[in-house]
Amino acid sequence: MKQIKGVNDFVVKFANVNGSGSASANHLFAKAIFRMGIPVSPRNIFPSNIQGLPTWYEVRVSAKGYLGRRGGVDIMCCVNPQSMEADVASVEPGGYFLYDSTKPLAPHLQRDDISYFGVPLTEMCMREYPNPRLQQLLKNVVYVGAMAALLDIKFSILKDLLGDQFKGKEKLISSNVHALEMGYHYAMDHFKCPLPIHLKAGGNAAPHIQESEHILMNGNTAAALGAIYGGATVAAWYPITPSTSVVDAFAQYAERMRIDPGSGKKNFAIVQAEDELAAIGMVVGASWNGARAFTATSGPGLSLMSEFLGLAYFAEVPVVLIDVQRSGPSTGMPTRSQQSDILAAAYASHGDTKQVLLFPATPRECFDMTVQAFDLAEQLQTPVILMSDLDLGMNDWMSPPLEWDDSYQMDRGKVLDAEGLDKAARWGRYLDVDGDGICYRTLPGAHPDKGAYFTRGSSKNEMAVYSESGEDYVQNMDRLLRKFETAKSYVPAPKTHDPIPVSKPKTKLKLGALFFGTSASPAYEAVEMMAEDGYPIDTMRIRAFPFHESLDAFIHAHDLVFVIEQNRDGQMRRLIINECEIPPGKLRPILNYSGTPITARSIADEIRNALGAKSAEVVALHSEPV
Amino acid sequence: MSYIKPKFQHPNMPKNALGYTVGDYNGAISTLCAGCGHDSISAAIRNACFLSSIPPHRIAKLSGIGCSSKMPTYFLGRSHGFNSVHGRMPSVATGASLANRELTYIGISGDGDTASIGMGQFIHLIRRNVNMTYIVANNGCYGLTKGQDSATADLGAVSKAGNVNPFDGIDLASLAILQGASFVGRSFSGDKEQLEPLIRAAMAHKGFAFIDVVSPCVTFNNHSGSGKSYAETRKALDAMPLDFVPMREEIRTQYEPGTTQGVTLHDGSVIHLHKASNGYKTDDRNAALLSVQEARDEGRLLTGLLYLDPNTQNLAQNLKLASKPLNSLSKDELCPGSRMLDSINQGLR
Ligand SMILES: Cc1ncc(C[n+]2csc(CCOP(=O)(O)OP(=O)(O)O)c2C)c(N)n1
Ligand code: SF4
Ligand SMILES: [Mg+2]
Repeated sequence: MKQIKGVNDFVVKFANVNGSGSASANHLFAKAIFRMGIPVSPRNIFPSNIQGLPTWYEVRVSAKGYLGRRGGVDIMCCVNPQSMEADVASVEPGGYFLYDSTKPLAPHLQRDDISYFGVPLTEMCMREYPNPRLQQLLKNVVYVGAMAALLDIKFSILKDLLGDQFKGKEKLISSNVHALEMGYHYAMDHFKCPLPIHLKAGGNAAPHIQESEHILMNGNTAAALGAIYGGATVAAWYPITPSTSVVDAFAQYAERMRIDPGSGKKNFAIVQAEDELAAIGMVVGASWNGARAFTATSGPGLSLMSEFLGLAYFAEVPVVLIDVQRSGPSTGMPTRSQQSDILAAAYASHGDTKQVLLFPATPRECFDMTVQAFDLAEQLQTPVILMSDLDLGMNDWMSPPLEWDDSYQMDRGKVLDAEGLDKAARWGRYLDVDGDGICYRTLPGAHPDKGAYFTRGSSKNEMAVYSESGEDYVQNMDRLLRKFETAKSYVPAPKTHDPIPVSKPKTKLKLGALFFGTSASPAYEAVEMMAEDGYPIDTMRIRAFPFHESLDAFIHAHDLVFVIEQNRDGQMRRLIINECEIPPGKLRPILNYSGTPITARSIADEIRNALGAKSAEVVALHSEPV
Repeated sequence: MSYIKPKFQHPNMPKNALGYTVGDYNGAISTLCAGCGHDSISAAIRNACFLSSIPPHRIAKLSGIGCSSKMPTYFLGRSHGFNSVHGRMPSVATGASLANRELTYIGISGDGDTASIGMGQFIHLIRRNVNMTYIVANNGCYGLTKGQDSATADLGAVSKAGNVNPFDGIDLASLAILQGASFVGRSFSGDKEQLEPLIRAAMAHKGFAFIDVVSPCVTFNNHSGSGKSYAETRKALDAMPLDFVPMREEIRTQYEPGTTQGVTLHDGSVIHLHKASNGYKTDDRNAALLSVQEARDEGRLLTGLLYLDPNTQNLAQNLKLASKPLNSLSKDELCPGSRMLDSINQGLR
C-alpha cells in the first residue's frame, strides 16, 4: 500500500462526541504544533447541541502557512462509534486511521488502502482510573499522547502546555501527564513511529512565520480587545452563537482593564438586553449621547436589528455592530459557518440605505478593524458592521501578534463642543459645510443655548426642523449618498497580490479572483494550486464596502474573475454587480454553502471546471450562479 | 411644519432660581389637533422643568412614534431630543442614560407605543430601573394612524366607528407597580395642579419614574362611548391633590396632621399627598395595587402618586458605574496601551 508522505503538511481530524471533554485535549494537540513553530489552524465542527451528538476537530498543518481548509483528511483519530463509518470513508487513500480498539473493528469498517492504528483507549483508562469521569476525560489525553508519538510532537512541549493550563494544580498536571505518557508509550511500543507524514520543528516551515512571534487566538477575542482598545464603553447584546464570546471576552478584559483606580468602579457598562432590538437600541442611544458603543450578533439578530439600522443610517448616529455570521435561521445550522449576511447587512433596512461593512480575514484584522470601526462610525456618523464569521470568530487562528501604537487618538469625527458652537458662524445639524456629506453633530448637554436639535429620521431640513418637503428629502438623501462616496476613501482598501509566476501559461485569458474574510486563505492556496496547473490568477481581497475604486479597475483589467465566497446566492458577486459598472458575465461564482468552511481543493476544482468547460471563450458566462 | 416660537419675552416675566423664564423652556408651536390632551402634558412638563430650575440643556427628551411621541418638539427647545422608533424608546433611553448619567432624561410615549409594540421594552426598562421619567400620554387609541383601538382601551369602550372593544384594557400603572417600578403615578392631562408636581417629583426621583397620563384624543376618542374622553375621565376621577417642594425651598407650612403625607425624595425634595379619607400610603406596593384595582372595579380612576420607593438602586448604581460619565472618558482612561497588549500577546503563544 502506498502511504501518504510529507513533513509539516497534512490534515488531521478528530471525531468526538459533543460534551465528552475532547475540546481541551484537541486544543492541546494543536497548540503543541503551534509551539513547535509550525503553521497550524484548528477548527471545531460542532452541532447545535450540548451533549451527545458527533463533533469534529480538524487540524490543518501547512508549512507554507495556508491556514484555510485544504479539503480531505490524511489522519483520522476517531473515538466516536456513531460517526465511524463516515469517518473511515473520509480518509484519503494512503491515509491513517487511529481508533479505540477496546472492541475489534467491524469488518465493514476495514479498507485496504489506509493504515489502521488500534489503541485500546477505553480499556487502558478503565484499568488505570477509578472513577468514570476521569476515565472519560483522560481518554482524550491518551489519544493525544498516541498521536504525539505517531506524528513526532515534542513531548516536553505537551508537558509545558499542561503545566500552563493547570498552573498550581499539581495533581491535575501529573494525572494528565500520566495519561499522555500512557498513549505515547503505547504507540511507541506497538507502531512504527513516526509515520511517513509527521512534524519537524524548524523543518520546512515558512520562514516568515517562524521568525515572527505569532500568536494563536480566535477572532471574537480579538474583536473584543479591539472594542477595549477602541474605547468602547457601552456593550449591549443578546446571546447568540457564534457571537456570544465577543461580549464574554469584552467583559473579561473590561473587568481587568477598565476599573476606575480611585473608586474601584467601572468605566464600562454591559447590558444583556431582552432581545436584539433592544440591544441595538441601547447602542443607538449611547452613541447618540457620545459614548462609543457596540453590539455583537449573528444572522437572526441582524434581522431584528434592521429597523434600528435604518434609523441610525437616516438619523446619522454611529453604531458598531459585530456580525459573526452563521448559516441561516435559528433552526438553520446555527453552529456552522457561512458568509451569508452580505446583502442583508449591506442594504439593511427600509428605504434607500447602504451600510458600511468591514471584512476581516484574520484575528489581527478583527482587532484592527474593530478599533477602526469605532473611528469610522463616528467619522461617518453611520453604522459600521464588522462581517466576521463562525470560522474566524470561534476558531483559533495563527496570527501575527496584535500591535498597538500608543500615539493613537480616537477620531470622534465632526462633533462641536460648546467652544466649537460659539465659534461656528452658522450651525445646522444637517448642513454640509465641508461638501463631503458629513455634517457637524452636537451632544446633549454641551451648550446652554446652542446646538440642541431634535433627532429624527428623514422628515427634516438641513437645520433639523421638521419638514415633509420633497425638496428637503431629496437634498438629504443625495447628501447621504455623497457621504457614502466619502466613505470609500476612509475604509480599508483591498489587498492585491502579484500572481505566482507561471513559466508556460496554459491560457491567454487574464484571470482574476476576488474574495474576502475566511475565504481568503483557502483561495490563496487554490490560486497556488492553479499556478502549478499552469493558470496564473491575480487576486484581490476585498476588505470593505463601499467598494474601493480599484475593484472596478481590477475587474476591467481581467477577462474572467472568480468571486469566491461562502453562500448560495453569490451575495458578494451580486453586490459588486449592483454597485459597479461591469458586465455580470465576467464574474464567475465559486461557492460553498455546506456549513463547513470552504476548502482550497474545492475552489481549485471549480476553477478547473470553469476553465475546462469553455476554455478560450469562457467570457460569455451566465449572469446567474449555476 | 412646526416653527419656532418668537423669542421675545416680556422683561417682567418671573424667573426661576437659574434666571430662566418659563419661555426658555418652550419648544416649537404644536402641530397636534387643537385641544389634544398631549399639548396640556407638554405644557405641564415645561412648567415642571421651569419650576424645578433644571437647566434646559441638561435635559434629554426621548420618544417613540405616535402623536404623543411628537410632543418633545413642543417643549424644551433648548434640549436635545430623539424621536426614535415605534415602541423602542426605552432601549434608546437606556443607552443614553448609560453614556451620561448626569443629564435628566424624559421619555415620552403613547399607549400604542408602550402597551403594544413597546410592551417588552417597557417592562424591561422598569426591571432595569433606569433613572428617568417616563410619561405615557394615554388616549386609549392610536392617534397618528387614525383611531384604531389601543391595548389600553377599556373593555366595552366604543370607538368612533362604533365598534365595541371586546378586550380588557391593560392598566399600565398596575403593571408598573407589579414589575417593581420605584415611582408610579397617574394623572389626567387636564389636571395641571396634580400633574405638574407629579412630574417634578418624578424628575427628582433617582430611579425609574412612571406616570400614566390620561390624555384624550379629541379627534378619534373624545365621545361618550370612550373611557378616555374628557367627560368620562372627569367623571371617574379619584384624584389626590399633590404638591412638590424642591429641596432648595424651605418647607414653611406643615399641612394639617392626618390629611397629608409627605415623602422625602433622595435629593431632599418632598412630595406631599393630600388625602384625608383613607390615609393612602405610598410605600406599600400591595396596598397600592389593591387601591388601584378597587377603584378600577368601581369604575373610578385612582390618580396621584400611587407608589414610591425613594431608596431604590438605579441601573447605573447596579452596574457599579464610576461617577464620571462614560461619554467623557479620555483615551488614557479607556485604552490600556501597548505594554498591556504585549503581555496579552505573550499569553497567546
Ligand atoms: C414599526 C412600526 N409599525 C407601525 C407604525 C405606524 N404607527 C405610527 S404611530 C402608531 C400608533 C401610535 O399610537 P400611540 O402610541 O398610542 O400614540 P398616539 O398617536 O395615540 O399619541 C403606529 C401604529 C410605525 N411607525 N412603526
Ligand atoms: S389625532 Fe388625537 S392624539 Fe393625535 S394630535 Fe389629534 S387629538 Fe391628539
Ligand atoms: Mg395613543
